[in-house]
Amino acid sequence: MPAIRVVLPQHLRTLARVGADVLIDVDGPATVRSVLDAIESTYPVLRGTIRDHGTLKRRPFLRFFACEEDLSLLPPETPLPPPVVSGDEPFYVIGAIAGG
Amino acid sequence: MSAVRVLVGTRKGAFVITADGARKNWDIQGPFFGGWELYHLKGSPVDPNRLYASQGSGWFGQLIQRSDDGGKTWEPMGNAFAYDGVPGTHEWYDGTPHPWEFKRVWHLEPSLTDPDVVYAGVEDAALFRTTDGAKSWHELPGLRNHGSGSTWTPGAGGLCVHTVILDPANPQRVFVAISAAGTFRSDDGGVNWKAINQGLRSNHIPDGTAEIGHCVHHVAQHRARPNVLFMQKHWDVMRSDDAGDNWVEVSGNLPTDFGFPIDIHAHEPDTIYVVPITSDSEHYPPDGKLRVYRSRTGGNEWEALINGLPQQDCYVNVLRDAMAVDTLDSCGIYVGTTGGQVYASPDGGDTWSAIARDLPPVLSVEVQTLTD
Repeated sequence: MPAIRVVLPQHLRTLARVGADVLIDVDGPATVRSVLDAIESTYPVLRGTIRDHGTLKRRPFLRFFACEEDLSLLPPETPLPPPVVSGDEPFYVIGAIAGG
Repeated sequence: MSAVRVLVGTRKGAFVITADGARKNWDIQGPFFGGWELYHLKGSPVDPNRLYASQGSGWFGQLIQRSDDGGKTWEPMGNAFAYDGVPGTHEWYDGTPHPWEFKRVWHLEPSLTDPDVVYAGVEDAALFRTTDGAKSWHELPGLRNHGSGSTWTPGAGGLCVHTVILDPANPQRVFVAISAAGTFRSDDGGVNWKAINQGLRSNHIPDGTAEIGHCVHHVAQHRARPNVLFMQKHWDVMRSDDAGDNWVEVSGNLPTDFGFPIDIHAHEPDTIYVVPITSDSEHYPPDGKLRVYRSRTGGNEWEALINGLPQQDCYVNVLRDAMAVDTLDSCGIYVGTTGGQVYASPDGGDTWSAIARDLPPVLSVEVQTLTD
């Protein structure tokens, strides 16, 4: 399976010491949950910054997008769109436009 | 050769400001963690190059950073703060039960004897401890499980443990202060806790003897006299001579007894400092004048310190953890403002100058006194 391209917000790139795109290998079906699991496994410093440590709930001011669709409110087991699975389109973690 | 290192937490990053013992020429390094809120940074008393920082944001939650080289480089550490067991509820602003939810670390208090041990005061109110240099954190649940916990209510800033004091004379004794529950003491290393609020009076509490519900803003202790505590409360400056069992008001001639920080001269246990602000409605200094007030008598008699501080059109605040003292022979006093200034006095408050003028709003100031 090709690696999935993940685009992280700037602060998380700095924290994980990565560039704009991160290539993530996912075991099994590519879902929101499996991608986030793989991100946190590859970059443990990101644990707790995208999802709550205990509940694994998405942090309120972050959203997940792919192929111009908001995946944030879908069940975490929802399969990712084929262009994301093929590596042609990125999976975006986006910080809400809010605050000062 | 002595030196001082001032650790400044701001709304948009951390800054490390250094000078030699003369405290005339200052070097500002930073921002570290630019764009993040740094609620507090503090160094280990036994290893001054070991620093801990509470980094957070509304977007990405809580991080803990550690430096082993005096703040030149930092490493993210463990950031999982899980309450022990099922945390239950505290009281919400409207009086309804509200689930305990971790939000942020307000204060980090490194151990007096072990650089790998640190206490963290958090919101929603609880006390955590690491014994492995911040790799992992574990709650000391006896505080939150104090019988009154379900009645604790948040202040305007949240329900937070903002003050943690480790008693230098008694390794088993720990003090914490919680907005807006009050002050608590443990005499067994944090297992069991006693509310120590007798003598506090709060206008919003009809019961004049209420043990719980007081909005304590900060508490200070002098190492040489650990049973004497000074408190800046929502209203009133208070003093206890028996480790918090009883308190008396020492606001005296202050222009207003509302404020946030309070600290004690390094070599004069009866010399204390506060920064009065107009009220809980305005949160800025009276008359547009930033005045640090000093009492050399352990309270009641206060003098305004103004030399070098802005005395017109000044409407900044000094938050509860944004005052610190160094331990040089001529004790230095430091305050950071919500306007981004850090003022230092190398002579116990007689004269002041800005060592940083245009930082983001300052949340906390700590100072380390370094000797070769």
